[in-house]
Amino acid sequence: MSHPLFDYVLGLADDALISAQRMGWWISRSPQLEEDVAMANIGLDQLGQARSLLAYAGQVEGSGRTEDDLAYFRDERDFRNVKLVERDQQDFGVAMARLLIFSAWQAELYAALARSADPTLAGVAGKAVKEVTYHLDHARHWVVRLGDGTDESHARMQAALDAEWPWMEELFDGSCVDIGLVADGVAVDPATLRDGVLTRVEAVVAEATLTLPATGADAVPTPGGATGRLGIHTEAMGYLLAEMQHLTRSHPEAAW
Amino acid sequence: MVTTDVRSRAWNIAAQVLDPELPVVTIEDLGILRDVTEDDQRRVHVQITPTYSGCPAMETIRTDLVDVLSQAGYRQVCVEFVLAPAWTTDWMTEAGREKLAAYGVAPPGPRRNDGLVPLQLSVRCPQCGSLDTRESSRFGSTACKSLWVCRSCREPFDHFKSL
Repeated sequence: MSHPLFDYVLGLADDALISAQRMGWWISRSPQLEEDVAMANIGLDQLGQARSLLAYAGQVEGSGRTEDDLAYFRDERDFRNVKLVERDQQDFGVAMARLLIFSAWQAELYAALARSADPTLAGVAGKAVKEVTYHLDHARHWVVRLGDGTDESHARMQAALDAEWPWMEELFDGSCVDIGLVADGVAVDPATLRDGVLTRVEAVVAEATLTLPATGADAVPTPGGATGRLGIHTEAMGYLLAEMQHLTRSHPEAAW
Repeated sequence: MVTTDVRSRAWNIAAQVLDPELPVVTIEDLGILRDVTEDDQRRVHVQITPTYSGCPAMETIRTDLVDVLSQAGYRQVCVEFVLAPAWTTDWMTEAGREKLAAYGVAPPGPRRNDGLVPLQLSVRCPQCGSLDTRESSRFGSTACKSLWVCRSCREPFDHFKSL
């Protein structure tokens, strides 16, 4: 049975959860120690947002599933995150290009959602929007530093931006968001976030002396279409979940 | 029924709980203790709010609250996490700021409401008091702190970020 609010909250929760998992990969692998700490903290903020949203999704669903049940005991086809956040990001430029896009989108989303008619969503978003401001600022610093750096760093930052860019479109796809929730002021229509996100990203790209990839009608569509919210993911997703979920599944109910 | 006297006693006990990651400031100093109520059955209800969504100290604080209030004779202690209104460093008390500085953590400056990261031109070094300091990392040992270095005394230090 479909439940529009559950589906909506779960999508936002999964975006934050899967992004947090990818951020965690950088711990011990970052170009400098301070960056290890930064990536860990950004991931921790996202994980905190995911926990609040997953707990609320479980409450909305009403069948007793906890945040842990939802994070660790769902299979790939039941995850509702966009594909932007799930792919490998083992290139630092790619990680920063993605964080720029994702945090610009989260900043716009949470700012709008802080005015939601749903008090829980408004509460989570009102808190998260302040955290995301720091994430976006962090991504901006690196994209500018690398883009407006050496010929080598410029070329690699441009390649990273070009590689991440097509996956941005899915963030603005509203086909899985119930129009009734939008009409009631509970959910945010993703399409309405496009201008704000692009304005933020374009300013950074210009400051970084990078070339903005095509937008609007010329934009490259998300490969495979906007299918993440339907549970159809890229090849990377299964591997990510295997790593994220194996401990809990191997030792259910384990605690310390 | 809630009476003022009883409530303030429970509040005063709850207010003694220390932040596990900054064990010189209490949850009252930090402004994360939001509300404490009690009924005539000696059941107490505490509301706390996290500094950051993912703050891992919340579970420890919950356990500590249950411990101190149980020891004080309360029969049932319920600790609720509330997210709204969102916590801000502006809720930190003056006493809390002074304790942080004495502990070696530079307290937060004023925040801004325009959706931008606060531009902190300088943070006073908690070791030597110099204003000749620089940020070495926007993110520090916990979610709520950034890393700074003092150019005068050469010591690194934590700064509690404005939020």
